[in-house]
Amino acid sequence: MTINGWIQILIYFALLTALTRPVGGYLYRVFNGERILLSRPLGWLERGFYRCAGVDSQTEQSWISYTLAMLAFNLVCFVALFLLLLAQGHLPFNPQGFGALTPDLAFNTAISFVTNTNWQSYGGETTMSYGTQMLGLTVHNFVSAATGIGLALALVRGFARRSASTIGNFWVDLTRATLYVLLPISIVAALFLIWQGMPQNLSAYTNALTLEGVKQTIAQGPVASQVAIKMLGTNGGGFFNANAAHPFENPTALSNFLQILLIFLIPAGLTNTFGRMVKSELQGWALYSAMSVLFLVGVATCYWAESQGNPQLTTMGISQPIGNMEGKETRFGVANSTLFATITTDASCGAVNAMHDSFTPLGGLVPMVNMMLGEVIFGGVGAGLYGILLYALIAVFIAGLMVGRTPEYLGKKIEAREIKLTMLAILCLPLSILGFTAVSSVLSQGLAGLANTGPHGFSEMLYAYTSATANNGSAFAGLTANTPFYNVTLGIAMLIGRFAFIVPMMATAGALAAKKYTPPSAGTFPTTGGLFIALLVGVIVIVGGLTFFPAIALGPIVEHLAILTGKAY
Amino acid sequence: MTTQKNAPALFDRALIVPAIRDAFIKLDPRTLARNPVIFITALVSLLATVLFVHDIFGSGQNLLFSAQVIIWLWFTVLFANFAEAIAEGRGKAQAASLRKTQTQTIAKVLVSPGSDSTRNVPASQLKVGDVVLVRTGDLIPGDGEIIEGVATVDESAITGESAPVIRESGGDRSAVTGGTRVLSDVIKVRITAAAGSSFLDRMISLVEGASRKKTPNEIALNILLAGMSLIFVFATASIPSFATYAGGSISVIVLVALFVTLIPTTIGALLSAIGIAGMNRLVRFNVLAMSGRAVEAAGDVDVLLLDKTGTITLGNRQAAEFAVMPGVTEAELADAAQLSSLSDETPEGRSVVVLAKEKYGLRGRDLASLNARFIPFTAQTRMSGVDIDGRVIRKGAIDSITEYVQRIGGQHAVPKELKEIADRIARAGGTPLAVAEGDRVLGVIYLKDIVKGGIRERFAELRRMGIKTVMITGDNPLTAAAIAAEAGVDDFLAQAKPEDKLALIRKEQAEGKLVAMCGDGTNDAPALAQADVGVAMQTGTQAAREAGNMVDLDSDPTKLIEVVGIGKQLLMTRGALTTFSIANDVAKYFAIIPAMFAAIYPQLNSLNLMHLATPQSAILSAIIFNALIIIALIPLALRGVKYRPVGAGPLLARNLLVYGVGGLVAPFIGIKLIDLAISAIGLV
Repeated sequence: MTINGWIQILIYFALLTALTRPVGGYLYRVFNGERILLSRPLGWLERGFYRCAGVDSQTEQSWISYTLAMLAFNLVCFVALFLLLLAQGHLPFNPQGFGALTPDLAFNTAISFVTNTNWQSYGGETTMSYGTQMLGLTVHNFVSAATGIGLALALVRGFARRSASTIGNFWVDLTRATLYVLLPISIVAALFLIWQGMPQNLSAYTNALTLEGVKQTIAQGPVASQVAIKMLGTNGGGFFNANAAHPFENPTALSNFLQILLIFLIPAGLTNTFGRMVKSELQGWALYSAMSVLFLVGVATCYWAESQGNPQLTTMGISQPIGNMEGKETRFGVANSTLFATITTDASCGAVNAMHDSFTPLGGLVPMVNMMLGEVIFGGVGAGLYGILLYALIAVFIAGLMVGRTPEYLGKKIEAREIKLTMLAILCLPLSILGFTAVSSVLSQGLAGLANTGPHGFSEMLYAYTSATANNGSAFAGLTANTPFYNVTLGIAMLIGRFAFIVPMMATAGALAAKKYTPPSAGTFPTTGGLFIALLVGVIVIVGGLTFFPAIALGPIVEHLAILTGKAY
Repeated sequence: MTTQKNAPALFDRALIVPAIRDAFIKLDPRTLARNPVIFITALVSLLATVLFVHDIFGSGQNLLFSAQVIIWLWFTVLFANFAEAIAEGRGKAQAASLRKTQTQTIAKVLVSPGSDSTRNVPASQLKVGDVVLVRTGDLIPGDGEIIEGVATVDESAITGESAPVIRESGGDRSAVTGGTRVLSDVIKVRITAAAGSSFLDRMISLVEGASRKKTPNEIALNILLAGMSLIFVFATASIPSFATYAGGSISVIVLVALFVTLIPTTIGALLSAIGIAGMNRLVRFNVLAMSGRAVEAAGDVDVLLLDKTGTITLGNRQAAEFAVMPGVTEAELADAAQLSSLSDETPEGRSVVVLAKEKYGLRGRDLASLNARFIPFTAQTRMSGVDIDGRVIRKGAIDSITEYVQRIGGQHAVPKELKEIADRIARAGGTPLAVAEGDRVLGVIYLKDIVKGGIRERFAELRRMGIKTVMITGDNPLTAAAIAAEAGVDDFLAQAKPEDKLALIRKEQAEGKLVAMCGDGTNDAPALAQADVGVAMQTGTQAAREAGNMVDLDSDPTKLIEVVGIGKQLLMTRGALTTFSIANDVAKYFAIIPAMFAAIYPQLNSLNLMHLATPQSAILSAIIFNALIIIALIPLALRGVKYRPVGAGPLLARNLLVYGVGGLVAPFIGIKLIDLAISAIGLV
């Protein structure tokens, strides 16, 4: 580890912290329907959308209507994208003349982009036409992120409201998130990225002859416009197969910095929006702090592990002064690669600027654990907030009993119904991750996709299902996932991870909204202090740790221990 | 103040033997099914046993090891049953002493309400509405209300208080309890509770745990524990596939061992014992709760409504000073005050006589020989007094005396000093009582409310618990404020009528607060019913007792504070043991995972932080620890985690340290010790 590396990490964290409040305030005003700078130029557009769709923006929905609207919207999105992928060969903006995707790949990809996972079983520059990238993938980068923001707001309204029957209007949240938040920031970010050298064109690929006389095809296209929202919406689906490690998708250190900043921007801001909505910004900072602790511990571990270099090379007497550089871009180095890897897996982004498969076992453990904890360390836009709020309910329930009162969080008593729904949501993680990994580790179709044997091969499968279920989308590489088996099972894992979590979460929102508010007293456990932060971190780590310990032990841990004894897989 | 009955010793021989028997009886699947975690444990233990039997006849290996694991699996279930049985046993011991009083009595039921002819009916066949005649020496056959007569009743059977109490028809002391004995006189009692649902019956079934329903928090906790168990189902059920991938296999017995140690058996086993023990603690404080829900709600109480009289102040006000009008001597006032009070049997009246004697040496005089006529207090005149030798002495509230004097002496007969003195007394928290002779106001008797000793500290304690206290009084706001300040309550409701009490409860509840109150009169019944925790006094009316969800047999209103403490303790104990149980899993993983995969990945032995001797001893130690910890924690479950009235933050920090961090560390030590022991003996 170097001082320089740490300074970069700390500058990143300081800037993020500084931006949290302004972003949170902006989001609060947008979703509260207050006048903002953009109301004048865009307000007519917002109202126009409502008029076209026949939506009364003043009418709010119950949790059931909100959820049904969200599910219906997502179903339509899925079908549209699925058909678009199958019809790719007949559609415009296809200079390379790419044909239709196989049905299983189209199924997987459509789910992947609708669920904000952006798992890619395909290589972008060899599969997708410009038309598909723009009309299909980029559109869903926006709306799946907007959906996440809406859902988080709905849950927060559940906490903030008293004896209420409604938790907002899905169509209004969706429109406002896209129009006032995602689009404007993406446009500015895209322009910045173009300035940094990112392509933004519709030209056919350039064929070049290298100095060695080898023919090379240089892929390009409308990259910047997709990358901006890919990061801001924590989608992570790369334009190119190499994702943010590709020089066109991440040309400079500055573009790298902007991209990782965009990943956490909205999730961090939402913690503040949450605080404002429940009328105590400290509540938001408490969540922010818990997330930050987990984030910084992850970065430190990953950075440390990668800086040590490959233990096997060390035992061979080879010194690795700059750490383990396998699978990393020299223009980013160990610090920025591990920082990127931690951030992209903390948030359910999944873009990568280095190959996680090539990390040392302990370094690769960090991204995996980040996802197993349920993507609550800032997490996906919206998804991170509603995820950590459910963990907070569990933490407060267990600890709240220890102060001798019916546990309450933000003035809402946590009772059997909330616990039941929360457990239901949290249970889908182990069900999907461990279930699918167990199935694929004994089926020939599963084993066929592995690039490595032993614990490393196991990690590849475990990582894939973890990434899909957590709606992260990053890959451990190595795994050949574009097979019917993996496309279908990973697709189902993504659906479970997204919607099987969301439905009980929304039911919790409805139950909370209907509750009375209990004013805090000296007997109420304060959820703004260090004790709460420690408790929340502890519960997240222990619940996640206990669930996945056997699997982790058989993957990265055993591999790490084996490498120490000179055995590699 | 509280008469806490002695708790039975935690592990009394007389309790242990039947509890062991009950632990086996409770293996009945229908009983086990009430507790999800223990039910799952029993289920997988059964599975392991069946496989074991199959292995004996097959080519079984490691039979000795398997047998030991299975034995400890069953011990886990039995220990859980034992914990519940011992809690119930303690309750039964309490109930047995209650039941002694519930001998079969023959009731004399009146044939018709008017007549005095009776027929004999066994108490067990009494119906609600029957009117029974109870004579001196008879046991009252069932709960009811006196409709005619006055009697002294020995209620020691339920209250433990040996002094007899007076029960009479009409008014606030008309309720009688089945099983108590009439010591004098004859009363007619209308039965209000059918046989089997009387007070005593309910009390017995409550302490025995028979009619125990799960409380809301208990249900929520059970769901959490079931959810945690499901997570561990996924965690363990996926292991065989992982092992197959790695080219090995894991025996079912080891998987079962891992699963049972991981699921929260500790709290699962002790959950019902905690609930029963909480109820028993309450009964030992002589408080009878109608449901566990009420006890739990007591822990959540935000606002406590307390009647001033009898709760905050001693029931009786006492004369403390004679304040004279201009031109009147104190002796003159004392004389008149004493005369007017000689026949006044109220405690206030007697205290006036006492003060006159102490301060001015005025001795009691025989009114009859003085040829005096005593004028009793009536609601119309709101005065009492005496006509003696042509002197007309009246005493009463300031405004009634003012009106009286003005009527006979004209507008200016009342000196302006009267109001000044009255205000001064009221501001100091006293009650002014004016004394007049004819049309001349002599002065004012200062009746002082005596705030109970130590009550201020208790209110401070409640404030630290986060509970607001509100004093309810019929006094005027000035007096109320003074007493409120002296007693240290947070708020007060002055000149309160019964409906004001109800309105206040509704208002607090509308703000989301939980309200507790105690009351005894019939006019308290609506408020008792509205309050989240309503403690009725045993001396109160049947209506009040029916409306509340708890009855205090000692009729001590400050008992509410104990009730709140018990409710909090109940929740804390559950939370503490849940935290402990979950924290334990970390060490168990470190014991079992390296052992489990020892054959496949020997490298994992680096995770064997405890350096347990062999894979088998590691697994066995973990499962033994898991079973023994249940027994070790039974005393804590029965006694409850100690509640300290400090703020929620420090309380949580302390409990997290003890049960969270303690729960992380304790099994590392425990499992290591067990491993050393079983390796030394050579069990595996």
